[in-house]
Amino acid sequence: MGEGTAPRTLFDKIWDSHVVERLPDGTCILYIDRHLVHEVTSPQAFEGLRMAGRSVRRPDATFAVADHNVPTSDRSKGIDEPESRIQVETLERNVAEFGVPYFPLMDARQGIVHIVGPEQGISQPGLTIVCGDSHTSTHGALGALAFGIGTSEVEHVLATQTLLQKPAKNMLIDVQGKLPFGCTAKDIILAIIGRIGTAGGTGHVIEYAGEAIRDLDMAGRMTVCNMSIEAGARAGLVAPDEKTFAYLKGRPYAPKGEAWERAVAYWSTLPSDPGARYDTTVTLKADEIVPLVTWGTSPEDVVPITGAVPDPEAETNEARRAAKRRMLDYMALTPGTRMQDVAVDVVFIGSCTNGRIEDLRAAAAVARGRKVADGVRAMVVPGSGLVKRQAEEEGLDRIFREAGFEWREAGCSMCLGMNPDQLKPGQRSASTSNRNFEGRQGPGGRTHLMSPAMAAAAAVTGRLTDVRQLVN
Amino acid sequence: MQPFTTLTGIAAPLPIPNIDTDKIIPARFLKTIKRSGLGKNLFDAMRYRADGSENPDFILNQEPYRKAEILVAGPNFGCGSSREHAPWALLDFGIRCVIAPDFADIFHNNCFKNGILPIKLPQEICDALMEDARLGANARLTVDLERQVVVRPNGEEIHFEIDPFRKHCLLNGLDDIGQTMAYAPKIDAYEAKRRAAEPWAFA
Ligand code: SF4
Repeated sequence: MGEGTAPRTLFDKIWDSHVVERLPDGTCILYIDRHLVHEVTSPQAFEGLRMAGRSVRRPDATFAVADHNVPTSDRSKGIDEPESRIQVETLERNVAEFGVPYFPLMDARQGIVHIVGPEQGISQPGLTIVCGDSHTSTHGALGALAFGIGTSEVEHVLATQTLLQKPAKNMLIDVQGKLPFGCTAKDIILAIIGRIGTAGGTGHVIEYAGEAIRDLDMAGRMTVCNMSIEAGARAGLVAPDEKTFAYLKGRPYAPKGEAWERAVAYWSTLPSDPGARYDTTVTLKADEIVPLVTWGTSPEDVVPITGAVPDPEAETNEARRAAKRRMLDYMALTPGTRMQDVAVDVVFIGSCTNGRIEDLRAAAAVARGRKVADGVRAMVVPGSGLVKRQAEEEGLDRIFREAGFEWREAGCSMCLGMNPDQLKPGQRSASTSNRNFEGRQGPGGRTHLMSPAMAAAAAVTGRLTDVRQLVN
Repeated sequence: MQPFTTLTGIAAPLPIPNIDTDKIIPARFLKTIKRSGLGKNLFDAMRYRADGSENPDFILNQEPYRKAEILVAGPNFGCGSSREHAPWALLDFGIRCVIAPDFADIFHNNCFKNGILPIKLPQEICDALMEDARLGANARLTVDLERQVVVRPNGEEIHFEIDPFRKHCLLNGLDDIGQTMAYAPKIDAYEAKRRAAEPWAFA
């Protein structure tokens, strides 16, 4: 086949159409279509522009929202914590000075940046999307090439609307068959990370395909793509299809009228060509997936909820054995303990991984008519103000409140504990977020990752629980 | 950006795999709006005890490693978040070179933007350098970027690979933005073409 007709992957197509210039060593100047900005990784970038006398090249392609620091309790009186307040105020000053669209704290559209982008229709197939945040991979669920960047790159995109990049390798993860009862998108991605490890995707963009991925709704695809970074990948992608188009249609920033028709026609050409080459292919059987939880301090430390804490001594590699011992010590777990016997103190339902309406519905289905176990603090933090409003319209807030869950305002919250929502030292959480790193949810906190339904199950029993025993 | 040419200094051994960016600099220290001042909280959870005192077991709290300029680390160094506060914290502490079997992509990228040289070397070689690093002040490593070698205390030279463009930028302390700005006419032309073909993407 000649040049231009060789079969290409979805990633290849998006990449090729965004190369402004290829430099002699293969580095490309890559055009960026959408730039999402939040308060933590942008102040130094705006400051850099100011010092160099530069402006934002395309404020119309840039969108800002504060999410990491914001309190999830009543906000009408502003932010108490001085450093958090300064960071949010700095963002507000910067967006005003540089003319960047902003979703303010008291606006219903405010929320976690990776929930807001798709929800507003800002994220669309075939676009390049960046944000100074590693979970930008979430937007890949719509068939966009979306990846996290550092603050210097944020400044680079603000100034030039481009990035200097080298092409990534292509990885295909084919999830075949049907997902069994009780399992969700979260279990798929945890299973994948458990299989390939947290460095398994390094240097790659992962395309998720197969029946189990096609069967997922858009929220589920976002959950999967979200944690691509925990698999070490630069980005995750799902080919756009009818579900993608149906999801986007009518959203505020989605194309309208004739532009919509043209866009859909173009988007339909994006899926990988038959025979396209992948550098790495991984196959998983969905019907073998079971509800998973993590036991350690790396997202690859997954174990079936029916399983037990693994024994580090079974590890043959000395460095890994030492690392596992250290993890168990940190997590205060002993080898052989059944995961279902592990008691939790806090349950966190939210984050850009699992803070969408579908996630809240799944958790509410378990919480309905039950009570949060004694001594457990359970909190639900919607991913955006609009998710919160929708949940309230559906009465989910009542289900949660009656069961004894806290119903909070939108933000990152206990996913990383930059606001007051933190674990205390030694506390153990069942969390729907994406990172179980030491101290991630608060210094000395211990995190077990799982799906929203599994987290709700842990809330009502007070220990890690197989959700399949609670629902039928 | 400060150019990186050669560096001779004390190397601290940190033989732990998967050092994530939350370990390098925990989220609660990201509330700054500046780049400087993060060094005191580098590796905070490992470096300090709950009462705020130094943990004497942690390598960077021991002499001569308090003055380390090079870090020899385990695989998948810098995994996790995209926070550039991680290289800023390393730099603020005084570390300008990290040697490891491999790095997470975003962290790797962020290093170059801040004049930090991340060097990828095979596990066996990292193991040998880790042993060198354990010798403390008696064993300084030299990193020569121009020649792409790490010189061990015994004089042995180890070659490393680096992307030519990144090498050029580091050696000269070049700011990416200024260089890309030189391509403004190409960016304009690209935009015009895309705007015509995919108007919805520019609406
Ligand atoms: S919810 Fe968590 S992972 Fe997502 S953007 Fe916020 S802090 Fe990052």
